[in-house]
Amino acid sequence: MAAATAHYPVPQADAIADIVQCVLATMRGTLTATEATLLAEVEELGRTIAAAKAEIAALKFDDITASHIPSATDELDAIVAHTAAATDAILESCETLDKVGAEVSGTTQRQLQDATTRIYEACSFQDITGQRITKVVAALKAIDKKVTNIVAAFGDHSHYASEVVPQQPELLNGPQLPACAMDQGDIDKLLASFD
Amino acid sequence: MTIDKSMNVLIVDDYKTMLRIIRNLLKQIDFHNVEEATDGAEALNKLRAGSFGLVISDWNMQPMTGLQLLQEVRVDSKLKSMPFIMITAESKAENVIAAKQAGVSNYIVKPFNAETLREKIEKVLGHA
Repeated sequence: MAAATAHYPVPQADAIADIVQCVLATMRGTLTATEATLLAEVEELGRTIAAAKAEIAALKFDDITASHIPSATDELDAIVAHTAAATDAILESCETLDKVGAEVSGTTQRQLQDATTRIYEACSFQDITGQRITKVVAALKAIDKKVTNIVAAFGDHSHYASEVVPQQPELLNGPQLPACAMDQGDIDKLLASFD
Repeated sequence: MTIDKSMNVLIVDDYKTMLRIIRNLLKQIDFHNVEEATDGAEALNKLRAGSFGLVISDWNMQPMTGLQLLQEVRVDSKLKSMPFIMITAESKAENVIAAKQAGVSNYIVKPFNAETLREKIEKVLGHA
């Protein structure tokens, strides 16, 4: 099985159709009721495969792999670049406010420092946003490869993607969605359980 | 007993905006001697060459992750007892457990605030 899988890395639609035809060819002539039912099922299977093949051939996969996915990843990269530039501009202004704060004293100084601290904290959104977008880009690239492989499996083998999507090193899960993530309190409890 | 806030702190992150944010937050809590490294190899070189009292590192870096940096620090005879705080978006239990098993001193999940940073630093340095 492993050898067959290595030899045929994706299901070959033509091979499946050929097998169905061979099975049908051996079943002509006098048939029992069971054989007739089986023949009908095999014929239906053949029609299903042919229909699927036609539907997939009619889809404009080239648009997906040549335009839609690259365009989507470019747009996402642009979001990261623009938000990074905006964050740097905010940080620049915040650092200026800190310098102003150093020249005043008392309540005004404290208020300025509190405000700039909140801004610094909020700016870390950029890092998390970037990591989330990187995960989406990786997912899009994986979809791109799968689509290319489907196209290859249904006739156009020139598109077959032999390139393997690089695996992330172990334990790099990236940011979790809020509903699934542990918060700082959960992490503190987990760490304390080791003591 | 108070914390020696004049100590050298090494912050490690491959994302320069995040380094800038952490540096400024450390400044807000009176840690002014802060050095930066943008990857694990640079961090190790700086740690071996310099004198630091604390490392604050991101996890998600390439090619050496923060976890690998921590493991390198813990097997280095000169650095093995260095306080090491991980600041990361990795919030799965398996990550926290792996970091603890590798000898992390504390673990801060992003997004975080200055108060959490101060609290964890104080705890790590034994002055909670």
